[in-house]
Amino acid sequence: MSERIYVFKRFERFWHWSQAALIIFLMLTAFDIHGTLSIFGFEKAVAYHTTAAWTLIGLWVFAIFWHFTTGEWKQYIPTTEKVVAMMKYYLVGIFKDAPHPFKLTTLRKHNPLQRLAYLFILLCVGPLLWVTGGLYLFYDKWAAWGLGGLSLEWVALGHTIGAFMMLAFLIAHVYLTTAGHTPLAHIKAMITGWEEVD
Amino acid sequence: MDNRYIKATLVLCCATWLAATGPTFAEEAKPEAKPVKLTTTADHTKFKQLQKTFDSGPEVTKACLECHTEAAGQIHRTKHWKWEFLNPETKQTLGKKTVLNNFCISIASNYASCTSCHVGYGWKDANFDFAKQENVDCLACHDTTGNYKKPPGFAGNPVTKDTEFPPGSGKIIKGIDLSKIAQKVGKSSRDTCGACHFNGGGGDGVKHGDMDSSLAAPTKDVDVHMDAEGLDFTCGTCHKTSSHDVAGSRYTPTAKDDKGVQVRGKAGSGNPATCVACHDNAPHKKEARLNHHATKIACQTCHIPTYARGGVATKLTWDWSTAGKRDKDGKHIVLKDAKGRITYESRKGDFTLAENVKPEYAWFNGNVQYTLLTDKIEKSEQRTRINKMGGSPADGKSMIWPMKVFRGSQPYDPVNKTLITPHTAGNDDTGYWKNLDWDKAIATGMKDSGAPWSGKVDFIKTEMSWPITHMVAPKEKAMGCVECHARDGRLTGIQGVYLPARDNNKLVDTAGWTIVLLTLLGVIGHGALRIVTARKH
Repeated sequence: MSERIYVFKRFERFWHWSQAALIIFLMLTAFDIHGTLSIFGFEKAVAYHTTAAWTLIGLWVFAIFWHFTTGEWKQYIPTTEKVVAMMKYYLVGIFKDAPHPFKLTTLRKHNPLQRLAYLFILLCVGPLLWVTGGLYLFYDKWAAWGLGGLSLEWVALGHTIGAFMMLAFLIAHVYLTTAGHTPLAHIKAMITGWEEVD
Repeated sequence: MDNRYIKATLVLCCATWLAATGPTFAEEAKPEAKPVKLTTTADHTKFKQLQKTFDSGPEVTKACLECHTEAAGQIHRTKHWKWEFLNPETKQTLGKKTVLNNFCISIASNYASCTSCHVGYGWKDANFDFAKQENVDCLACHDTTGNYKKPPGFAGNPVTKDTEFPPGSGKIIKGIDLSKIAQKVGKSSRDTCGACHFNGGGGDGVKHGDMDSSLAAPTKDVDVHMDAEGLDFTCGTCHKTSSHDVAGSRYTPTAKDDKGVQVRGKAGSGNPATCVACHDNAPHKKEARLNHHATKIACQTCHIPTYARGGVATKLTWDWSTAGKRDKDGKHIVLKDAKGRITYESRKGDFTLAENVKPEYAWFNGNVQYTLLTDKIEKSEQRTRINKMGGSPADGKSMIWPMKVFRGSQPYDPVNKTLITPHTAGNDDTGYWKNLDWDKAIATGMKDSGAPWSGKVDFIKTEMSWPITHMVAPKEKAMGCVECHARDGRLTGIQGVYLPARDNNKLVDTAGWTIVLLTLLGVIGHGALRIVTARKH
């Protein structure tokens, strides 16, 4: 017997999907700029990447506001509780059809591993990308801002490292959406907002 | 808006319109021929001094000097006159009189031919009198008729009476009427400067690549500033001349101009011929990022995507070592390519030519060190640089510049280890272009240069760099980002800058892709295992 709970509110779903689209687009243009792909060509890729970055910043301003006003930011507070159980589940239990060790509620909609992963993205990968990306955007202002000693090479390397981490996260994240009680359950929830729980 | 204000504006507009249209009606009633608008206040056809027959150039100059009393003195101080320049930084004595190149090599012993491009009359050998005022050639720069010619072989003198040249050849050089030319003098023009500067290296477009006869009346695409139907700049618009001294230098070029726009009256202004002198250091209004590019990259690098764009090919290589072949009748050989350009001449050797040439790029700080006749050189795998262009990414004075690099092979003394100044032009027994005999040509040439020659001749590979600065394209035809921001872009090999798309860190890329690949393999493995185990249950 399962029940349905409303976990993802309308803004949250909008935020998630538009962010997903922007990040994937940023990656495509990024690897074009990096010289790995050639889809748009360097000049257009730079312009698109810049526009997409500013759009994402705008989206984040709303998202941060939303998280604080709704108190949803608490969803990212890390916990060690059941972390080991979650790891065991992914390594062993999932293959034996064992019960999921984490019970989803509207107040705790991310499992402990998710919390840690998202927090890592929010606190490490995100800032690395934003700081280096921001510097990249204002490359011509460095001297005026007293940052003349910065090396474009190091800024670029930091940005590239961030991009690789984000890509690895994206792959794992997309895969783990299939780890619900049916392969498409989590995706459906992210679209409709309603998650079925046991 | 206030009603009274609108009314007042309307009244004012009507009044202005009446005032402006009033005189037009009057003019229509009494049409009057307007005098031709001259750019000068003097009509030289009216001057008695010029209404006579001139048999020689100096006679014209004497007439000019009657009014323009200081002109010759001003010319006497310039490089155009002296063909001599002391580089204050390197202390090298340079100038056309002294330097060598890898085109026609040098002017020593070839004066009568080379000095057809001197702003003077009669420089036929090393004993030319540089102090004589009437030796200054006013017409070379101030002719407006296009009829003024100084044929090679006459030591810079025009030919006023029909003359057979070379004597006994049957070829007649027509005499020109100096009186008509003198009465039509005016400001210098693209044609007068171009008469010599378009033909550097002995022919149209040969030497520079960014200067050739297409600049006499260029389209906008060839040169956005000189565009004959647009801005219509002359050379002097940028090479702003003061007291007959023309701004700009090949010996001490301004590689980096950080002085900004040259406002009138501003003290300590530098070279007025730079791009920055008009456009300032941050000219890109839409894309501020490009202004940062401009702190390390010369404007010319992006704004002159290729040179020799006007339909005139420029020489890229010249191999003197193959000169001297004769056909089976013992005559000189001239070979041409499909487009009719000379690719081999017995007198000169092998050439390659091209149009729309992509420049090579180098850090350049304006410091140029020449290899002179007095310098010792070693023959090696590396080409000897006739002019060494200073520059590095770290000296704070360099910019990335486009260059025409001209490569060749030229005579060299393997015993004394010096370059050689052969006697080429001249209708005498030792001139190489007549007799194809290196020994005689070199003996005469080196004697004229006052330099020792061992009697041995070898050929040495040389190169010479010419910063590209003319033929600026319209902005929409400037180079796109991807020309340099690419793995094998134009700036491959330029050190000291990080170019996104050209550069990456191997370690970061390898580690990054490894992590991404492992993640991918991990999820695929995990997923496969889930599918397999799900079937069992």
